Amino acid sequence: MTTLRRELARAGAVAWKDLTTERRTKATFNSVVFLAALTLLLFGFALGPDAEALRGAAAGVLWLTVLFSGVLAFNQSYQLELEGGAFETLLLYPGDRRAIFVGKLAANLVFVLLVLLLIVPMAAILFNLPLLRPFPGLAGVFALGTFGFVTLGTFYAAMASRVRAREVLLPLLLFPMLVPLLVGAVAATRALLAGDVMGDAGSWMRLLGAYDLIFFVASLLAFEYIVED
Amino acid sequence: MSPAAGRSPARAATSAVAVEGIARRFGRRWALRGVSLDVAPGEVVALVGRNGSGKTTLLRLLATALRPTLGGGTVFGLDLVREADAVRERTGLLGHAPGLYQDLTAAENLRFALRMTGERADGAIIARVLEAVGLGSETATRVRGFSSGMQRRLALARLFLRPPRLLLLDEPFASFDADGIELVNGFIAERRAAGAAVIVATHDPEKAIGLIDRTVRLEHGRLGP
Repeated sequence: MTTLRRELARAGAVAWKDLTTERRTKATFNSVVFLAALTLLLFGFALGPDAEALRGAAAGVLWLTVLFSGVLAFNQSYQLELEGGAFETLLLYPGDRRAIFVGKLAANLVFVLLVLLLIVPMAAILFNLPLLRPFPGLAGVFALGTFGFVTLGTFYAAMASRVRAREVLLPLLLFPMLVPLLVGAVAATRALLAGDVMGDAGSWMRLLGAYDLIFFVASLLAFEYIVED
Repeated sequence: MSPAAGRSPARAATSAVAVEGIARRFGRRWALRGVSLDVAPGEVVALVGRNGSGKTTLLRLLATALRPTLGGGTVFGLDLVREADAVRERTGLLGHAPGLYQDLTAAENLRFALRMTGERADGAIIARVLEAVGLGSETATRVRGFSSGMQRRLALARLFLRPPRLLLLDEPFASFDADGIELVNGFIAERRAAGAAVIVATHDPEKAIGLIDRTVRLEHGRLGP
């Protein structure tokens, strides 16, 4: 087996383990979906009954909901490792530790995309959004935005995992880094929902693509150092 | 200068473990203060000392779970820091915590361990190993329902999957009944016969009587008399 195939198989094992555990307990999924639904509803109440105001704010509300609820998932992803000292055992398997990062990233990506599958239609109903027409573009924005978000979330959750106040530390570390992604994802989503008459969704998506690439490579290179005790 | 510098290369190459002046600090506290130790292949060393004397820290340094703050060493001639991954290939640690996933079954935990070492998750091997540690009837049981002794057995089974050349056991007799102690001793004897080095950190060296070649005492992070 070549080194790359071996490391990909190891990453697959980590993703399988995380997703199997989550599928059995559903502890994180249920709470994340519930929090996301609640956040959407609360934003809806806060913005009032004005349909135009709701639609105008929908892109921002949707992405903030994804960010707030996703943080819960990242924390849980490493909580699983801390229980019973599994993280040290995981780090002691011979092989490239970046495989662990890629595996956790893949599992978190599946998780957040599943959450999105539930909350995007929910947001469409609450905020009266026209999802069908701009669907291909929106799918691209969600894919790019989610990948960048999950990449940084998985990385910073590993960094915060050994700290006692990790639940507080993670959003403090993560959210400032997500500002460019949030701006790009909200702008692209808003443009697509409005029919993209100015044709600027593409440039925002390119920004998201560049953000994803830069932070994926940086996280991959730095992961070994942040998990070193 | 390499962390392992200052030692004879010949000694490092022939020893299973050769550490010199190895020290580790956690915050302001030195857990280990300049320990030098040689262990030959096929030798079983008992590491004894009071709580907090540095036994676990030394084992974790040898397993590459920690980096030394000062000093360094080799495992089978491989540098603990620069060749950490190659050291991990040869080392197996049974720590205080079992390092298991509570919501996976016993077999799934072992399957995961095999896949993480890049090997095929062979069901027959897993069944045989579970049988060997007395968990043959618990293959499909989630670990969350296991007693601490059963969890330790499963953690030991993980070492059986890939028998290490350097076996590091931290309080291996804790939580075990008489059968479990026999199981651990059987594994130590088997590894010794295969030429592996074994270091056992324990408060109960008498439980491994007849297997221990040498006892090393740690006191306040230093080698004792």
